[in-house]
Amino acid sequence: MTTIAYTLSDSVTMTRRNVRRLLRYPSMTLLLVGMPIVFLVLFVYVFGGQLSHGLGSALAGGKVGRDGYLNYVAPGILLFTVAAAVQGTAIVVAMDMTGGIIDRFRTMAIARSSVLTGHVLAALIQTMAGIGIVTGFAVALGFRPSAGVVSWLAATGVLALFAFALVWLATALGLAARSVETASNTPMFITLLVFLGSGFVPASTMPAGLEQFARYQPFTPVTETLRGLLTGTAIGTNGIAAVAWSAGIAFISYICALHLYRNRRAS
Amino acid sequence: MNTTSQPAIVALGVRKAFDETTVLDGVDLTVAEGSIFALLGPNGAGKTTMVRILSTLITPDVGQVCVAGHDVVREPDAVRGVIGVTGQFSALDDLCTGLENMRLMADLNHLGRNTRQSRVSELLDRFGLTDVAHKQVTTYSGGLRRRLDLAMTLVGEPRVIFLDEPTTGLDPGSRRMMWDSIRRLVAVGVTILLTTQYLDEADELADRIAVLDRGRIVAEGTPDELKRRVPGGHVRLQVPTARSLQVAVALLHGASYDEEKLEVQVPTDGTVPALRHLLSVLDEADIQVDQLTVHTPDLDDVFFAVTGHPTEEAIALP
Repeated sequence: MTTIAYTLSDSVTMTRRNVRRLLRYPSMTLLLVGMPIVFLVLFVYVFGGQLSHGLGSALAGGKVGRDGYLNYVAPGILLFTVAAAVQGTAIVVAMDMTGGIIDRFRTMAIARSSVLTGHVLAALIQTMAGIGIVTGFAVALGFRPSAGVVSWLAATGVLALFAFALVWLATALGLAARSVETASNTPMFITLLVFLGSGFVPASTMPAGLEQFARYQPFTPVTETLRGLLTGTAIGTNGIAAVAWSAGIAFISYICALHLYRNRRAS
Repeated sequence: MNTTSQPAIVALGVRKAFDETTVLDGVDLTVAEGSIFALLGPNGAGKTTMVRILSTLITPDVGQVCVAGHDVVREPDAVRGVIGVTGQFSALDDLCTGLENMRLMADLNHLGRNTRQSRVSELLDRFGLTDVAHKQVTTYSGGLRRRLDLAMTLVGEPRVIFLDEPTTGLDPGSRRMMWDSIRRLVAVGVTILLTTQYLDEADELADRIAVLDRGRIVAEGTPDELKRRVPGGHVRLQVPTARSLQVAVALLHGASYDEEKLEVQVPTDGTVPALRHLLSVLDEADIQVDQLTVHTPDLDDVFFAVTGHPTEEAIALP
């Protein structure tokens, strides 16, 4: 086999290992999927009636009241799912790094990057499965996207790309953390960014400084792209911004993660 | 490839410091292919650091290290291809079963489907793990974990194996079993470097022993060579009365005694003529002896002789 074939084979092996670990520890995945579902119910049924008054008909997907707000908030909840999932990724990576098996891997003639690739791909599978469940739940509550097949595929692609970027970021955070506790705290800012964007209310309703921040942080263009693809709102330049942010975050996080992994000095 | 005359492990002038603390201070080692070499020393002597350098986990600050003819710094992947490491802390995937752990190793060693199946089941069998193969590793006892750990290391058929304190924390039964496994490995030509803080373990297993103390090799040789260097042998006599104790001490050259325990210690080389002479002296003076024990020098004595402090004292150091 060639080096590339070995790298692929090792990455597949490691991905299988990590998927199995996630399946063996389902409480974590359930918690990560449960959070966005709780938020969805909370926002639609507790705040939704009131919040829907501020939305125009276009933003509400042509619906009024709670149903209208559900159409607006669903893309935000999907990104919240991504943010919650990658918080779990940072914990899983940090936990794995404290175990002795990583040292075993490092003394074996395997592709070095495969340890990280395995974590990233497994986390991506986990995140996309979570998105599937949350989407299904939103549809069950009355979310009615106007998207056709192509738009659905495009939306899945945008979510997957952004999830890929954030999973790499979480992996880097998990590697940088000195303890599992730290790893569970540092990705919290990612979750906060979901709220400081256009996920739950339009950025235009925020005070000036916050609005500026909301417009130029990565979650907003991704949210707007997703919303446009699913419910037909205007996307504009948000599509390009979403892809650029995703690629940029993925690339920088990948470099950082690899560097952290290579230079990790186990005690 | 030259496999007989070339040593399996060569280390020259290895130094390693973490921050300000020097952990290894110029270590030289040569380990012959197909032998067991024990690195003996108390906690904090630098044993684990040496193993981490030999197994490419960390690089030395100064010095040259070759394993199976490959430089650990310049050709780490070539070294990784021929070594197996079982560390002090178990390197298992706790969320998986024993069988899954073994299969993971088989996949990472790029074994074909048929080889994978036969080697995994052969090793599980050899280490008595077949019955628990489908149980999650978290349910394993310490001895089972250590056996699985070693079995996983062997999946890739390494030519050089590093065992960092392979029996620390094991019960006597598991320890015996581990020793047997280690001996059987050498029988098939594998080279083993193990670290231990148990003197009897090094004595039991190793062809050669190096005593590591505070980052330096303070003695090296076969177990017998090391013991010969130490004048620690003596005969211990248990006498019935204080009177016979006094007579014995007066008669026997260099004797020391303990009045309370009614014990006399006489230095001896442990040979039969020396013992015969001792007994005849006691007979002539009509000294009754309740009990006689011959104490040959063990590695505890060696450690004391070469480091100037007993093992316990060294362990107490930070």
